[in-house]
Amino acid sequence: MKRNAAAFGAGALFAVGLALSGMTRPAKVVGFLDLAGDWDASLAFVMMGAIAVHFVAYRVVLRRPAPLFDVRFHLPTRKDIDLRLVLGAALFGVGWGLGGYCPGPGLVSAAAGSLGAIVFVVGLTAGMLIEQAVARALPRRE
Amino acid sequence: MHDFTPIPALIGGAIIGLAASLLLLTHGKVAGISGLYGSLLRQGTSDRAFRLWFIAGLAAMGMLVRLTWPAAFASAWSASLPVTLLAGLIVGFGTQLGNGCTSGHGVCGLSRLSVRSLVATLTFMGTGFATVFVVRHLLGGAR
Repeated sequence: MKRNAAAFGAGALFAVGLALSGMTRPAKVVGFLDLAGDWDASLAFVMMGAIAVHFVAYRVVLRRPAPLFDVRFHLPTRKDIDLRLVLGAALFGVGWGLGGYCPGPGLVSAAAGSLGAIVFVVGLTAGMLIEQAVARALPRRE
Repeated sequence: MHDFTPIPALIGGAIIGLAASLLLLTHGKVAGISGLYGSLLRQGTSDRAFRLWFIAGLAAMGMLVRLTWPAAFASAWSASLPVTLLAGLIVGFGTQLGNGCTSGHGVCGLSRLSVRSLVATLTFMGTGFATVFVVRHLLGGAR
């Protein structure tokens, strides 16, 4: 119960941050990505604010032996830079620039009823399912 | 820069960082939205409940913000629906292939000083800048 409430609260808080910061407005996002146009640097401040808080909090939280509702922390351990990482990130950036949505703001705006975001989330879901099917079909060489 | 809003951006960003810290403190997990959502679509993902509740919180707050502050979703610029669908497909495929998006790599990964996340963030920022340049300045704002 507390576990699920905490996850729900974290999601809700995350959405407040996205809305307040302007990430749920594709025009704002594309204004940031448009270096050659009327550049709007605001979103750089979103990143700064988020990292400033999480950089410190991450270190404080990890002093604990375990999180509150689990027996251990589940953090990524991979260190290798592979083609999947670079190609995946490159594609993500292209889609982000085309639509003005990344996954979090897309989901929040779709729930808020924005038509563009609903269409985006349909594509997002299909794209994820396609990648997962391809990954199953092609055994990884790792 | 007619729409420069550094203060709400900074505060909103800090709240995003706080939300990611809350998920780390309570569940010990990285608040990467593409990972949390993408894993829900996959068969056999363990720990579905907290992912579902996190996404539900995200969605519920989206609805609440719409009711109280609809301007948060206002957009003077908007891609056409076919382009938006294509954008979603590419973002979905790319974030699964590259294991993360703006939140997982950009916020959480950079805070952990992860080199993988630094490479990913520089890459998606780079292709994001390039894509908007091509669409807005070479294709003349084609939608």
